[in-house]
Amino acid sequence: MRDVVTEAPATLEVRGLSIAHEGKVLLDVPHLCLDGPGPTLILGPNGAGKSLLLRCLHGLIQPDRGRVCQNGVLLNGCHKARQAMVFQRPVLLRRSVAANLDFVLKRKSMPRVQRKPRIDDLLAEGGLDGKARQPARSLSGGEAQRLAILRALALDPETLFLDEPTSALDPSATQMIERMVLRASAQGVRIVMVTHDIGQARRLATEIVMMQAGHVVEQGLARQVLESPKSDESRRYLDGGLVT
Amino acid sequence: MQEFASEFTQALSLILEGDSELWAIVLLSMRVSVFAVLISALIGMPLGAALAVARFPGRRALIILVNALMGFPPVVAGLLVYLMLSRSGPLGILELLYTPTAMIIAQVVLVTPIMAALTRQVVEMLAEEYSEQLRSLGVSRLASVPVLLWDARLALVTALLAGFGRAIAEVGAVIIVGGNINHVTRVMTTTIALETSKGNLALALALGVILVGLAVAVNAMVSVLTLRAEREGVRHA
Amino acid sequence: MIPDFLRASLVALGLTASAGWAEEPFIIVQSTTSTQNSGLLDYILPGFEAETGIDVRVVAVGTGQAIRNAVNGDGDVLLVHSKPAEEQFVADGWGVQRFDVMYNDFVLVGPKSDPAGIAGSDDIIAALAAVAEAKLPFVSRGDDSGTHKAEMRHWGAAGIDPTAASGTWYREAGAGMGAALNVASGMGAYVLTDRATWLSFGNRGDQEILVEGDPRLFNQYGVTLVNPEKHSGVRAAAGQRFIDWLIGPDGQAAIESYMLDGQQLFFPNAN
Repeated sequence: MRDVVTEAPATLEVRGLSIAHEGKVLLDVPHLCLDGPGPTLILGPNGAGKSLLLRCLHGLIQPDRGRVCQNGVLLNGCHKARQAMVFQRPVLLRRSVAANLDFVLKRKSMPRVQRKPRIDDLLAEGGLDGKARQPARSLSGGEAQRLAILRALALDPETLFLDEPTSALDPSATQMIERMVLRASAQGVRIVMVTHDIGQARRLATEIVMMQAGHVVEQGLARQVLESPKSDESRRYLDGGLVT
Repeated sequence: MQEFASEFTQALSLILEGDSELWAIVLLSMRVSVFAVLISALIGMPLGAALAVARFPGRRALIILVNALMGFPPVVAGLLVYLMLSRSGPLGILELLYTPTAMIIAQVVLVTPIMAALTRQVVEMLAEEYSEQLRSLGVSRLASVPVLLWDARLALVTALLAGFGRAIAEVGAVIIVGGNINHVTRVMTTTIALETSKGNLALALALGVILVGLAVAVNAMVSVLTLRAEREGVRHA
Repeated sequence: MIPDFLRASLVALGLTASAGWAEEPFIIVQSTTSTQNSGLLDYILPGFEAETGIDVRVVAVGTGQAIRNAVNGDGDVLLVHSKPAEEQFVADGWGVQRFDVMYNDFVLVGPKSDPAGIAGSDDIIAALAAVAEAKLPFVSRGDDSGTHKAEMRHWGAAGIDPTAASGTWYREAGAGMGAALNVASGMGAYVLTDRATWLSFGNRGDQEILVEGDPRLFNQYGVTLVNPEKHSGVRAAAGQRFIDWLIGPDGQAAIESYMLDGQQLFFPNAN
């Protein structure tokens, strides 16, 4: 029984979430529950509040009102310790590739003897073996983002947030990132990812959340939302997206 | 002027021939300033980094104050340290006046604000870049200080060199607290001041050339080391 | 004791970089630039140091500052040249007893062209009056040093208050003898200096001695032990030993024999 619970990805739920700035509503989400089996992708035009929602879910931003729960419990320090986030532009420490991974493992108080093999495993997983001693800042864009994902995975997260991680990458680099995301998802990590790329949503999403002007306009299974969107906003966005 | 030029060449060659007394003075200058810069770095860098990441009322004012202290007049610093270390001062019992230690203390007073102010600037820029990522990794503001300091290390080398430049070239403070005592507290700058007051301008200028050469050498050495470190990549955190 | 502990840790850190700070005995002599810049002390001190093993550390500043430093206890022996100020120092209890050591004399230096027409005179008062009358540039130490005090006495005797003209023809350098000579040399000004500093000064330019030999230009040096009853840290025994040597036959002979360019700079006159 217990195994079943831990293997299912964590459930994230928000209630009455709102953020306003100078009288303008930036985010207004009365209720949203992410409990599907696979990756959730958040789509929507610029300024829809996607990144803001992601940061609220991760606890980086305190909303004006509302709350975030994980598995029915208010988001707390223990949850946050097992959440990780990958940003649009990877923020790598000015150290070697290995040291970037070592940094988070050390923070988790992993003993030195275990850190070394874990780093090797991670590097192999991201196709960065052989680059351990290279300065992280000298990696290519794709490699840097892979390292950022590896560093997130080194935390053994229950939830992994990704904010347009491939928006600056070429197709082959994007493909490698997507593979890593799917692998993590398959291992039971809850994936919540913001993207502009409808093709990417098609490739990765089990579930899609459409946003516009701070509101969630549609949520549903990926194929359903992509093939026959219910809301006008979704339809317009997807049409525009398909044209370009 | 021509006479002066030949005198100058003569003085320079005399110095370069390796006068042992001169080299003792050069060594003392280096020793005092290197010590002062290291101590200043130990105090000023964590202070500057903390100032960069902490948020508290009066922070702006404190930053302005630290920035302004970069221009602290050396003579005033020397006077303050003199008043502390004088036999009739609160620390007179330590008998540090007219010793190299007193000169180190005076230079620390002058260099620490430079370290703090430059570190604050460098670290604040880096903190802006790292802020979300570090918070995502659960690193608190206070815990981010060593991370930021380490990651800003290449830029901080410049702060170190700026501090060294101030220390090695400074005369007003060290002449008051050191007393320019021959073989004890006589350093490059106080020697230059002394030779100038004796009217030996060519010799003073030649000594000045050596001082500048020394500063150039130290800068070159550090930048070579920095470049190498950068190229090799730094192995561990 | 805490200071001992502190001192020990400083030594351990290598911060008290002075060699022999603990092992080798030394004294600090607060003195004037003239004794140092003329090379006299560098010449006579090795003899004393070899004989006694006591290292003499000289802090060379103006007489005024030297006395203030000694009042603060930052020195063991005072070797300066302003008899009234030194006697006041002893009378106030800061010094034990003052002894005459040696003398030299002041000279008035000015441009060779001598626009004031005072060259060859042996009347300092008349010479200063002539400079003031013609409003010719005059550089003063302006730093409360022994030389400055002597200069002010002569202005007083001439009935002139030059500070009223400060910033015009009367320039107060606020600096040591050497720095003041550099200023005077740079602007072709008249300046009062002790003979020793002038003779050892390397940047004379177009300047030369114009007035000398006036008995009022006599410049007496005295030595005083800082009172250990005022400052317990004073190294009284070693300091007294230095004073005894300086006013004794060995010290006096050493002073007598110091020559620069064939000229004797200081004349020993201890009783």
